Amino acid sequence: MNATIAYITFRGMLGRRRALLLLALPVILLLLAITLTATGYNDLSSSTAVLQRFALGALLPLLALIAGTGVIGPEIDDGQIMYILTKPIPRPVITTTKLLVAMALIVLFAVAPTLLAGLIMSGVTAQLAFAFTVGVFVGGMAYCAVFVALAVVSRFAVTIGLLYALVWEVLIGNVAPGARKLSILQWATSVTDSLTSATAVTSEVSLGIAVTLLVIVTVGGAALAGIRLRTLSITGAE
Amino acid sequence: MTSTIHDIGYRHYDGPRLGRAYVLRSLFVHNLRAAFGLGRPIKSKVMPFLLFGAMLLPAVGSVAALALTKEPGALIRYSAYAVFLQPLVAIFLAAQSPVIASREMRFNVVPLYFSRPLGRFDYVLAKYGAFATALFILLATPVTLLYAGALATREPRQPNPGEAPPPQLPGIGEHTVHYLEGLAGCVLFALVLGGLGLVVAAFTPRRGFGVASVIAVYLVSLTVVTIVQGIAESQSKYTISGWAGLFTPFYLVDGVQVRLFGAETSTPQPPPGPFGGVVFAAACAALIVAAVGILYARFRKAGLR
Repeated sequence: MNATIAYITFRGMLGRRRALLLLALPVILLLLAITLTATGYNDLSSSTAVLQRFALGALLPLLALIAGTGVIGPEIDDGQIMYILTKPIPRPVITTTKLLVAMALIVLFAVAPTLLAGLIMSGVTAQLAFAFTVGVFVGGMAYCAVFVALAVVSRFAVTIGLLYALVWEVLIGNVAPGARKLSILQWATSVTDSLTSATAVTSEVSLGIAVTLLVIVTVGGAALAGIRLRTLSITGAE
Repeated sequence: MTSTIHDIGYRHYDGPRLGRAYVLRSLFVHNLRAAFGLGRPIKSKVMPFLLFGAMLLPAVGSVAALALTKEPGALIRYSAYAVFLQPLVAIFLAAQSPVIASREMRFNVVPLYFSRPLGRFDYVLAKYGAFATALFILLATPVTLLYAGALATREPRQPNPGEAPPPQLPGIGEHTVHYLEGLAGCVLFALVLGGLGLVVAAFTPRRGFGVASVIAVYLVSLTVVTIVQGIAESQSKYTISGWAGLFTPFYLVDGVQVRLFGAETSTPQPPPGPFGGVVFAAACAALIVAAVGILYARFRKAGLR
């Protein structure tokens, strides 16, 4: 953990128009929650649908992709990473710092709005808001670690991340149920499932396996990013 | 035409000029090639061709299934193909629209284009046209493959002894009509998605963020519409559910396909009646015109820097 790198990364992520994109997504979630509550459609099944489909299924992967690749990808692209790499700072410290920044952004822009939206729509019924907050949190940590590692490994991190989140987890997951076992989304759903009594939340992965895999993926992603940054080769942008 | 800012006092060129059409055509071809990474390093070709290949796979599988089973239902409907594979189409859109819309902005070279005798409107038209054409190629190639597969498989399955005769495969005429409807749908998909992608990408020039913001527009609009449709249908309010499709690009175009081109619906709920189809088509037209207008304003500003 290096305070200066953390500060520079935060400034890079929240500077000017970029913060608007990060802010727009949770604002839409909260607007949806407020509208549904105001019009009286905030029954348990609708609340579950919003939290599951929007908060966990769309908002979380998108924000994790933006935060996870955004903390390190652009710097590698335009070569600015060299100014950090030439300082006597261990490479794993650099990636861990950037990963922690991405995770902090996820807590700020995905986890907190999920809790808020859940409380607005369903209060404390069936522990729904709390369960989804924990689910979004653990899923967010794993997504961040994977996407930071991807951003170090490949220049196409955003597109590869999208292929994973949209094509593997959704398109192939719908056709071939086996694919759902290897899906951060499903593992996070499994954690949520164990914490709420709402029956609409079901997962194909048992809690023990889900937690184990989440930990492995999070730690593995963080480690891989550190290892790959040690032998990074800088090529010109585009 | 006579003097540009590159006139530094040498003898003038008095020969024939190639004119506006030539400029338009060159820009169109350049951008169309750029959309697939042609004329650029191999790294830029990987993603577009990977996605293009992935788009073809289900069509190949479907044609093979038709040839083996001779069941008419084995062939994916032409008009449903884009909706069925919308994540892939959306990723292609997100990955490639920054290439067309914002790469020149990122390197501040837009003024170089406008210092030539090239109109801003022509510039936008060439870019939009090229990107829509690239999307059309992406969407229409697998549909054409399906059509070719349908034409190649004409013989119905031989019935086993004592079995009722198997279902007849649809005739060539029927297939051709549906294929042409499907192509018309592809044109509309290409125009609507291309306009949306270019506008969003043109306002987020930073690399990576353009991709993320295009996909955010697609994913957020789809998710919100799905949730609203789910709630509306649980209350049996099918009209509201139909109208909700207006707010997400794939359902918007499919609504036009269903109501005006006579396709079967590929979405949870098509727009109500012929009137809904007209409104959806008007929304598509408005979106396309607005995209051209916004891109024009955006590039005029970028051209001043």
